[in-house]
Amino acid sequence: MLNIGLDIGSTTIKSAVINEDGELVFDSYERHFSEIPPKATALIKNIKNKFDLTDDDDVKICISGSAGMGFAEDIGFPFVQEVYATRTAVLKNAPETDTVIELGGEDAKILFLTGEETGEKELEVRMNGSCAGGTGAFIDQMATLLGITPDEMDNEAKSYEKIYVIASRCGVFAKSDIQPLLNQGARIPDISASIFYAVVNQTVAGLAQGRQIKGNVLYLGGPLTFHSQLRKAFDTTLGIKGFCPKNSLSYVAIGAALAPQEKTYKIGEILKAITERRSSRSYKFAEPLFADEKEYKEFTERHSLDKVERADPKTADGNVYLGIDAGSTTLKCAVTDKDGKLLYYIYRSNSGNPVPYVLEFLKNFYKEYPNLKIAAAAATGYGEEIIKNAFSLDFGLVETVAHFYAAKHFKPDVDFILDIGGQDIKCFKIANGAIDNIFLNEACSSGCGSFLQTFAGALNYSIEDFAKLGLFAKAPVELGSRCTVFMNSSVKQAQKDGATIDNISAGLSMSVVKNALYKVIRATTKDATVALGKHIVVQGGTFFNDAVLRAFEKEIGMNVVRPDIAGLMGAYGAALYAQERAGEKSTVLGLEELENFKHEVKAVTCKGCTNNCKLTINTFENGEGEKRRYIAGNRCDFPTGKKNEGSKLDLYEYKLKLLSEYKGVKGSKGRIGIPLVLNMYELLPFWHTLLTELGFEVVVSPFSNRKLYLEGQQSIPSDTVCFPAKLVHGHIEALLKEGVDAIFYPCMTYNLDEGLGDNHYNCPVVAYYPEVLQANVKSLAKTKFIYDYFGIHKPKEFCKKFTEKMNEHFGVGFRLSEVKKAVSDAYAEYFDHMKKVREKGAEYVDKARREGRHIIILAGRPYHVDPEINHGINKLITSLGAAVITEDSVSYEMEKFKVGVLNQWTYHSRLYAAAKYIANKPDMDLVQLVSFGCGVDAITTDETRAILDSEGKIYTQIKIDEITNLGAVKIRLRSLFSAIST
Amino acid sequence: MKELKSHIIASRPFKDEMKKTYTILAPDMVHIHFCILKNIFLSYGYNLEILSNKGPAVAEEGLKYVHNDTCYPALLVIGQMIDALNSGKYDLERTAVLITQTGGGCRASNYIHLLKKALRKAGYENIPVISFNISGLEKESSLKLSLPMLVKFITALCYGDLLMLLKNQTEPYETKKGESDKVVSKWVKILSEQLKNGKGWMPAALEKNMKEIVKDFVAIERLIAPKIKVGIVGEIYVKYSSLANNDLEDFLKSQNCEINVPGIMGFISFKIDNRIEDIKLYGGSKIKKIVCKALLAILRRTETIMHKALDEYKGHYQKPATYAELKGMVKNVIGYGAKMGEGWLLTAEMIELVHSGYENIVCAQPFGCLPNHIVGKGMIRKIRTIYPKANIVPIDYDPGATRVNQENRIKLMLAVAAERLRSDDVIKETELHTSKEKSKETAEV
Repeated sequence: MLNIGLDIGSTTIKSAVINEDGELVFDSYERHFSEIPPKATALIKNIKNKFDLTDDDDVKICISGSAGMGFAEDIGFPFVQEVYATRTAVLKNAPETDTVIELGGEDAKILFLTGEETGEKELEVRMNGSCAGGTGAFIDQMATLLGITPDEMDNEAKSYEKIYVIASRCGVFAKSDIQPLLNQGARIPDISASIFYAVVNQTVAGLAQGRQIKGNVLYLGGPLTFHSQLRKAFDTTLGIKGFCPKNSLSYVAIGAALAPQEKTYKIGEILKAITERRSSRSYKFAEPLFADEKEYKEFTERHSLDKVERADPKTADGNVYLGIDAGSTTLKCAVTDKDGKLLYYIYRSNSGNPVPYVLEFLKNFYKEYPNLKIAAAAATGYGEEIIKNAFSLDFGLVETVAHFYAAKHFKPDVDFILDIGGQDIKCFKIANGAIDNIFLNEACSSGCGSFLQTFAGALNYSIEDFAKLGLFAKAPVELGSRCTVFMNSSVKQAQKDGATIDNISAGLSMSVVKNALYKVIRATTKDATVALGKHIVVQGGTFFNDAVLRAFEKEIGMNVVRPDIAGLMGAYGAALYAQERAGEKSTVLGLEELENFKHEVKAVTCKGCTNNCKLTINTFENGEGEKRRYIAGNRCDFPTGKKNEGSKLDLYEYKLKLLSEYKGVKGSKGRIGIPLVLNMYELLPFWHTLLTELGFEVVVSPFSNRKLYLEGQQSIPSDTVCFPAKLVHGHIEALLKEGVDAIFYPCMTYNLDEGLGDNHYNCPVVAYYPEVLQANVKSLAKTKFIYDYFGIHKPKEFCKKFTEKMNEHFGVGFRLSEVKKAVSDAYAEYFDHMKKVREKGAEYVDKARREGRHIIILAGRPYHVDPEINHGINKLITSLGAAVITEDSVSYEMEKFKVGVLNQWTYHSRLYAAAKYIANKPDMDLVQLVSFGCGVDAITTDETRAILDSEGKIYTQIKIDEITNLGAVKIRLRSLFSAIST
Repeated sequence: MKELKSHIIASRPFKDEMKKTYTILAPDMVHIHFCILKNIFLSYGYNLEILSNKGPAVAEEGLKYVHNDTCYPALLVIGQMIDALNSGKYDLERTAVLITQTGGGCRASNYIHLLKKALRKAGYENIPVISFNISGLEKESSLKLSLPMLVKFITALCYGDLLMLLKNQTEPYETKKGESDKVVSKWVKILSEQLKNGKGWMPAALEKNMKEIVKDFVAIERLIAPKIKVGIVGEIYVKYSSLANNDLEDFLKSQNCEINVPGIMGFISFKIDNRIEDIKLYGGSKIKKIVCKALLAILRRTETIMHKALDEYKGHYQKPATYAELKGMVKNVIGYGAKMGEGWLLTAEMIELVHSGYENIVCAQPFGCLPNHIVGKGMIRKIRTIYPKANIVPIDYDPGATRVNQENRIKLMLAVAAERLRSDDVIKETELHTSKEKSKETAEV
C-alpha cells in the first residue's frame, strides 16, 4: 500500500509517496497561492493517475505543515507536526546528521539531533518565535524590493564584493536598511549577498541560543535548496560545510508519509473529504466597505472633484519649476508654471535606483519641451541627496515640508495631512500655518504601500487588481493593526478559517488604516476632529487605492480630501518650494551635459576612525571631464572632506570621553573585568574606583561595535529582548578573550534614589541580566563570575555585604574598614562624574545660547551613549547645527512632581523631569531614544509625550535597534527642525 | 496657542459608602479562585462582577486605548473593561472598575495608570478606579481592606489552588464527563457560604474542608490511561487566563494531555518572601522582616494542611511542592534577588514540574515581557542542562500572534512528549522516584 505524505506550508504544498518497501516513488513541490483545497485535489488526482489507482484503492495518508494543521483537522485526517516529520525523514535518509537547518516560507527551524555533550541521539528543536521573519517570505520580499526574482538575486550575490550590515530581526527592519542603500546607489550584488547574510544572522541569533552548530549539517527547505549563495553564507558564518540532500524540499512530506498510521483511506474518500471540506471555524469580520455599486459611485464622484489645476506644457512658455520626489519605491517628477499649475509629471517605479530614471525623464523633458526653461529645481524623498548631487539641483528639502507645501496650495485651511507612501507613513498637524506635530511610522510597523504590494504579489495579483477585489467584499477580515510579519500569520489564519481573497484584500486595506491611526498617530479620542483635524488631506500613492481611502473615511467617520495627484504631492510640493526660492537660473544640468552623463558606484570601507562606516561612493561625470562625487553611508564629515558646519556641542561624546578615561592600574589582587554595558555606562566610575582601590586591575570591555556583537550573539536566549541587552553577550566574550581572572557584573534590583520618583528600581532587564549570562554563556563557567545582588542605595549595608561576598569569592581577607574607605571614594567618584556631566551640560547650553543654536535633550538611558546602540544619532543632530545634551544633565534641576504613571524607575524619572524642565525654554526640545523591545518605554513614551503636549512642545521619538541606517531618523529630525524654525 | 491642560488624571475616588449603589467590574484570571473571591466581596456589600466578555472587541478596544507595545495582559484587561462599559449593560453613573496592583519593578504596577489613561481617552473619566493592593500604593483609591477580609481572601485562594489541582488531575481520566466540574461547583458554593458567614478559615475548618474535598475527588471514577503530562507556567495573567492564552488549557486537554498549573499561593508567598529577601540582601527594617515572617508562617500552615489532606489519600494525587521546596530547587540556578514579575518562582515552577513528572512545559508570556527574558526564556537552557528531559516551549502571546502559530509550536513539544510516552515509560518511573528524593531539599523561608 502507498503512504502519502502532504506538507502544506504557508506558501507551498509538497507531497511524497512511499511504497511498501519504504522507497520514495513520487514527490512534488509547488506554490499554492493560498488555494489549498483545489491544489490538494489536483495533487491527489495526479498521484492516483500516476500509480493507476482507482477511487476504491486503499492508501495511507498523513498531513503536515503550518497550513496543514487546520486542514487536517477540518477533514479529520492524521496530522504530524512538521519538525517532527523532518526528523523522521532525516533519521531514515541521512542518519549521520547532527544538525538540521530548515528554512521554509515563514518558519525557520534548527534541529539538533545529537546531544551537545554526549554525542548520542537526542532531539532538541528550535523554531522561530512569532516575531522572526527572516525566512523564505523575507527573501521574496527583499527580491521584490530589488525588482528582481529570488533566483536572480542568488545569481547577483555570486559576484558580491562587500557585505553591508542589514538588520536581521525581521523583514520590515531589513527593508528600512536596504532602501537607503539602494537610494545611495549600492550595488545589487552586494545587497543581494548582504540579504543572505542577514538571514543567516537571524537564524543563528534567533535560534541557536547558545548551542554551537557543528558536525554534519543538513540544509532543508525551499530557500536553502534554491539559493546556493544562502548555503554559502551559512557555511562561511558557521565555519562548516553543510549538505543539501536530494529531495531537500520534500523532507517534511517524506516524514509525514513515514509516520506510522493505522487507518487506511480510499482514494475516493480522500478526494471527497477535501472537496467537501468545510472550515470548522469562522473568522472575525467587519462591515463591507461599500454596501452597493451606488454607494461606490457617489464616493468616486465626490472624490473626483478634488483636482489640481493643469495647463498644457506645449502652449506654456517661460519659467517653470521642477520638483523631484525620489521615494522608496517610486520616482515622481512634477513641473509647474508660475501659478502652480501642473504642466507635466511622471510617476513610476524606480526599481531601487532612481538615477537612470531621472536622467531619462530630464532628457525627454528637454527634448519634448524646448519652449520651457527650468528656473529652479528641488529634490525630496529618500533619494533627495543623490538626485540633488547627481543632477545639480538647486534645493533639497525634507519630504514632510514638501508635502505640506503641496497640501497648503491645494487646501489653504488644511490642518491635518496623512501621507501613506510605499515605505513611510507621515502625518502632521498644522497649526498657525506651520507644521505643529509630526508622526512618522516606526520601523517596526510600516504597514504601508509596499506592504499591500507584497501581499498582492504573494497571492499572484497585481496591486491594482488586488485592491479592487476588496471594494465589494461582503465580510472583510478583521486583521487588527499589527506589523507585516504578524500580518502574514493573521492572513494565514484567516485563510485557514475560510476567508476568501476579496475579504482578505479589504481586510488588509483596513489594517493599513488602523495601523496609521492607532500605531502611528496613536489617535486617543473617539472624535476624529480632535485627534486629527477638521480639514484632512490624505495623499501618498497608497490612497489611490479606493479601498484604503474608503476604509479610512469609515474608520474616522468623516469625509476627507484626496487630491487627484495624491501620489505626486511630494514632487508637486517640491516644485512649489523651488518656485518660492527661485533665483535667475537653475543650476540643474542641461541637455548637453546629460547626454554625456556617467554614474559610477563604488563601495568602500572608511578608514577614518574606528566606526569603519561602509561608504558608497557615487561618481557623476558630465562628459567634460568634470567629476562630482556623492558619498553616502558616512556618519561624520571625515570622508566627504567637508568642513563641519554643525555644532560641536555634544554631551554624548563627552560622556564617552569620561568613560574611556577609566583605565586599569596594576594591582596585587589580579585582573577583574567589567563589561561596559547597560547600567555600567553610569556606574563604571563607582565600581572601577571601588575595585581599583581594593587592589584589582580593572579591565573594562571596549566600546561596542558590530563585530563584538556578532561574537556574542550565539548565546542570546531571547530574541525579543532589547538590543542593549543582546550586546552584553559580546562584551562578556571580549572580556574572556582578555583572559581576566574574574568578571564583575552585579545584579541590581535597585538604583540610587535621586528623589525624583516614587521608587528607584532598575528595569528587570538591567537589574537581572547577569543571571541570563550565567545561565547561557557557556564559556563563562571557566571564569570566576561575580554577579551577586548588591544595593548601593544603602551604603552602610552595602559595605558589609560587599566585604562578605568578596571574601567569599577571593578567599582573602578584605577588611571592612578597608572596604568602607574604598566605597566612600567610589561614591565620591560617582557623584563627581555625574557633576562633571551636569557642568559640561550647563556649559554647552550657555555656549549654544551664545551661538544661537537650538538645544536638543537626547533623552534615553545611560547606555544609549554607546555608539553601536545610538548609531550616531547624536552626531546627526549636531551636524544639523544643534547642541546635544542628556536627560541626566538637567533632571537634577527638578523637584519631584506628580506624573500620570507610577514613577518607579530611576532612569525613567529623569525622562519625566527633563521633559518638564524644558517647559518654559523655547530654545530646547526633547528627542527620546527608545530601544526596540523596551517594554518600559511603552509607558514612558506616552507619559513623556503627555508632559510635552501639556507644555505645547513637540514630542519626537526615535526607535532604535540593530538598524544602522539613519535615513528615516534624518527625515524625522529635519522635520522637527523645520517645525521648530517656522 | 493651543489650549494646554494637565495630563495628570485624578480619577474620581471610590468612597466606601459608594459600595451600596455601585457595580464594581473586575477582571477574571484564575476562574475557580475568583468565583469564591467574588462571593466574599458580595458578602461585604460590594456589588462585584467578574467580567467574562470575550471576543475580538476586547483586544480591539485595548489596542485603541493602550500603547500597543504595552504588555498584553494590560491591553486585554483594560480592553475588557472598556468593552464592558461600552456594552450598555451598566449604569455608567453607578459603575466602578477594580484592578490589582503588585508594586514591583515590573510594568504591571502601572496597569492602574494605564487604565486611568485609557478610561479618559475612551470618555469614561468619571468611572472610579479602585486599586487592589497590599503595598500601600494609590492611597486615595485603594480598596479598604480589613484583616478578616484579607484572611478570607487568602483562604479562598488556598481552596482555589486545591480545587484546581484536583480538577486538573481528575478530569482527564474521569469516566463520566463533567464529574470533576460538578465537585468544583459544589465546593465553590459551600466554601463561599462558609466564608461569608465567617467560617471555614480557621485551621480546623480548613483541614476538615480540604479532606472532604479530596475525598469527593477520590470518589470520582477514573480510568487511568497514559496521557501526556504538561505543565503551564508563565506570566501570571497569561498563565491562568483563557482569554489571554487562547484557551491553552482546553487546547492541551483536546490533545490528550493532563495539565498541571501551579497554584497561586506560591506567588503570594513569593511576594511576601521578597520583602524578607530584600532585607537580607540590602538591609532594612527588622520589624518588617518579623511581620513578613509571621505572614509566611501562616501561609505555610495552610500549605501543610493542604498537604495533609492530600496525604490522607496517598497515591491518588501528585502533591505540589511546598514553597520551601520550590525555593530550594532554584538554589544554584537563579538568585533569590530576582524578584520582579514572577521572578525566580517561575524558574522554580518549571523545575518542580520536571521533578514531578510534568517535564513537558508551556512557558507562556506576553510578547516582550521583561522579567520573562530573564526568569523564563533566560533560564530554559540552564534547566535543560541540569534536567535534559525537560521539554519546554516558550510561547508568546500578543494580539497579533495567531493561534495557528502558537498551536503549531505546542504541537511540536507534544510530538516529542508523545514519543517519550511511547518509548520510555519504564525509565521515567524510576527517574521520577529518584528525582523526588532530590526535591526534599528546601530553602530557608
